[in-house]
Amino acid sequence: MKFGIVVFPGTWSDRDCYYSVHNILGQKAAYVWHKETDLSDYDCIILPGGFSYGDYLRTGAIARFSPVMEAVAAFDKKGKPVIGICNGFQVLCEAHLLPGVLRQNDHLEYRCQWTFLKTENIATVFTHKCRQGQVLKIPISHYEGRYYADDDTLKKLEDAGRVAFRYATPGGEVTREANPNGALNNIAGILNAKGNVLGMMPHPERSCEDVLGSTDGNIIWESIIAGI
Amino acid sequence: MPVSKETLDEIALSRKEYNLIVEKLGREPTPVELGLFGSLWSEHCGYKYSKALLRIFPTAGKHVLIKPGEENAGVIDIGDGQVIGFKMESHNHPSYIEPYQGAATGVGGIVRDIFTMGLRPIALMNSLRFGPLSEPHNRYLFGGVVGGIASYGNCLGIADVGGEIYFDQCYTGNPLVNALCLGIGRSDGLVKARASGEGNLIMLVGADTGRDGLHGASGLASRTFEEVRELRSAVQVGNPFMEKLLIEACLELAKTDWIVGMQDCGAAGLTSATIEAADKGKSGLDIDVRKVPRREKGMTPYEVMLSESQERMIVIVKKGYENKVKALFDRWELHSDIIGTVTADGMVVIRDGAEVVANAPVKLLNTPPVYRLRPTRPGWLDELQRLDLNKIKNIAPGKTGDMLLKLLAAPNICSKHAVYRQYDHQVGDNTVVLPGSDAAVLRIQETSKAISMVTDGNGRYCYVNPFIGGVIAVAEAARNTACSGARPAAITNCLNFGNPEKNDVYYQLQECIKGMSQACKKLKIPVISGNVSLYNETRGIAIFPTPVVGMVGLIKDVKHYCSAGFKHGGDIVFLIGEAADDDSIGSSEYLEMAHELVKGSQHIDIEKEKRVQACVIRAIERGLLNSAHDCSDGGLAVTLAESCILGNIGFTGKIEAKGRLDAALFGEAQSRIVVSANPKAARRLETLALRLNVPIARLGITGGVQCIIKGYIDLPVSRLHQAWWNGLLNH
Repeated sequence: MKFGIVVFPGTWSDRDCYYSVHNILGQKAAYVWHKETDLSDYDCIILPGGFSYGDYLRTGAIARFSPVMEAVAAFDKKGKPVIGICNGFQVLCEAHLLPGVLRQNDHLEYRCQWTFLKTENIATVFTHKCRQGQVLKIPISHYEGRYYADDDTLKKLEDAGRVAFRYATPGGEVTREANPNGALNNIAGILNAKGNVLGMMPHPERSCEDVLGSTDGNIIWESIIAGI
Repeated sequence: MPVSKETLDEIALSRKEYNLIVEKLGREPTPVELGLFGSLWSEHCGYKYSKALLRIFPTAGKHVLIKPGEENAGVIDIGDGQVIGFKMESHNHPSYIEPYQGAATGVGGIVRDIFTMGLRPIALMNSLRFGPLSEPHNRYLFGGVVGGIASYGNCLGIADVGGEIYFDQCYTGNPLVNALCLGIGRSDGLVKARASGEGNLIMLVGADTGRDGLHGASGLASRTFEEVRELRSAVQVGNPFMEKLLIEACLELAKTDWIVGMQDCGAAGLTSATIEAADKGKSGLDIDVRKVPRREKGMTPYEVMLSESQERMIVIVKKGYENKVKALFDRWELHSDIIGTVTADGMVVIRDGAEVVANAPVKLLNTPPVYRLRPTRPGWLDELQRLDLNKIKNIAPGKTGDMLLKLLAAPNICSKHAVYRQYDHQVGDNTVVLPGSDAAVLRIQETSKAISMVTDGNGRYCYVNPFIGGVIAVAEAARNTACSGARPAAITNCLNFGNPEKNDVYYQLQECIKGMSQACKKLKIPVISGNVSLYNETRGIAIFPTPVVGMVGLIKDVKHYCSAGFKHGGDIVFLIGEAADDDSIGSSEYLEMAHELVKGSQHIDIEKEKRVQACVIRAIERGLLNSAHDCSDGGLAVTLAESCILGNIGFTGKIEAKGRLDAALFGEAQSRIVVSANPKAARRLETLALRLNVPIARLGITGGVQCIIKGYIDLPVSRLHQAWWNGLLNH
């Protein structure tokens, strides 16, 4: 099992992702420079958080043109798992590997805080180790994290069970108060139609050790590792 | 031709200093040379008024590797070959003129100081002071500064783990924006800010040079100012994305053996970066400004040398390695250009193509005059320090609950979460204790070690009694450090004062430094870096003298750290330290809130302080404590309430009121810490305190949903939380 961690200019969760999957979970991992085009060495690709290209123009809008993104699209075609976290989620949307967009938070402020995610779909490579409805404590850190899609797209996502995680209370209730950014239907993470691409705003790589306050992020990594 | 007064004013040089330059050079300086002198002899770069006083600080210690002034930041050894470097710096004046960019570029500048040394920046902190938010302009400054810090720091992916924010009328015309950055690396990987080796190449990396920030050092930071608009062009504009690229590229470069030194372009831009590096390397320089890439047309050599355009680095490349270095920067999509060479004759030669526009000795440029004044104690301090307690009405027992709620909601005490949640405080996977406790705690990856970080400084105490205020600034930072379970290792500081050429301000500066130094010596904490921000005056009104201390502590085993909130019901709550005396309402939040008075000196016994801290540190290291929170703003009642709020657990107990009731509840007596312990550990804690000769008293027990101080306070924790949580938003 080997993770490939994509590094764009301006990416900063690359090191945290590496630390989590390699140091904590003992898996092989390597950084993938954004100009690389061969991903045949990897079993799972991580698009980490950060401010690729400074988030100039629009989050993810420039990164999607990096050479590595064509390779990521080909990787997806083969049905292999791709997880985009925070800025990675934004890049996946810009690259049309996931539907919808991430808009500015409704309160127009950056927000870094712990959130509680209700797991909505456990029949995926990313979540099969979760219990149905399990609440995961994983933090967010973003300015543009409000998931938005048109009504048709949203309905399709909901009907097909493609909402992976929703912001919820610690008890698992999906409420307005539990929604940190105004995302439609409290959406924190979504899947593509095949279920092999996950985009999520919260940072599982920040919640892999007790000393940092939560180990719930490991459930996602362990699902991927066991699923391959 | 003698220069005009206007020219000298513009670069903040006195006629006397000008004459000294002429005498030493043996001729009139050229315009470019005059610009170099103006910058390097400014207070901001040259410390001419503060240098003599700064020598009082103790700088040696068992962990210290790099002392103040030796490099861009001080460095301590934390064992296993690992080192930590940190420094705090002010960006007060730019932030007043343009809050968003001023604060953002303040972050950028301090971060460059750290990675320049080959250290990876892992944490930021900010110490902020504003006028009351009830005034719209202060609110604008506050929003801009916080937004600027957030946007720049978040883009870099460096955890901003908090700091402190205070409000007072005196900061209305002069907000304080101090930024601290901490980096980690290996002792064998440190890079020096030196230009040496004849024939080696001076390379400029990063952003192109524009006219932004001209006279930042000599103009903004080294004199008071009256009119904001005329100086707006002296504030730089930041590009955090480019800074992030520079971090990664320079840290990669630091691992090679292709360079002899690295230096960032900060205040006074290319001038200070190159000439200070040459001075440290005992070399000379030959620079051609034509080779400096510009973002504007028609810039003069003077403008190129003094521009403070951000995100630029100077790299001293070993001859023959320039292509390798260039390829490295190319990969990160960064420009790099050779602009000159290192020479051996100790002269700075600046060329504009074929024409030599400056040719002066490095040593002379870098040796500004040092002024030592003999200030007299201002008479008004007597009145300020006198507090006639008989004239101050004590609080009635029926009013104590309302007062507690008011204090918890006060801007200087209430929760600052509305600010900290805008900063990414978790990136890097190190943050163990988030902003909002006494100190932030970060673990050191792949070891069992951790560090604590805190900033502290009470301007009001220093205004009323500069010496005691200085002592308390250090003592309180150390107390906060102790509350996290860390042993204080070293401090950095930012000395924010008014115009030092005035007797009263110089006196404040001198006494604060003496007080801080005394505390550092007694507590055995060296000063490893710092920055001086003088001339914090607008229209003749100076700020409170505000020394800010940034302290780093070491925790041997991250399993044994502590935070401020109560953890379990049924724990015994203790006060370590003595009951408050009546004088302790002097200069307190309570006195200002209830009686609208800022007067009456605090006092502190540093030996007692030392024992209290030692007791708490040992108790935490032995795993005896579940929480520790220092008594500071708002006194014992506020401390207990905050531990309830942070832990969402109630408390029932009593406070002995031997003297005045207001002092017992809200007095800010020093050297006191509220801790909670499991009943099984309580005995051992008391034995430890007894052995260390530290007073300890049982206050009560945790549990339930009410915070009860018998006879005085009986309020639901949820109500306390509401007042404290919403304080800033309602302000």
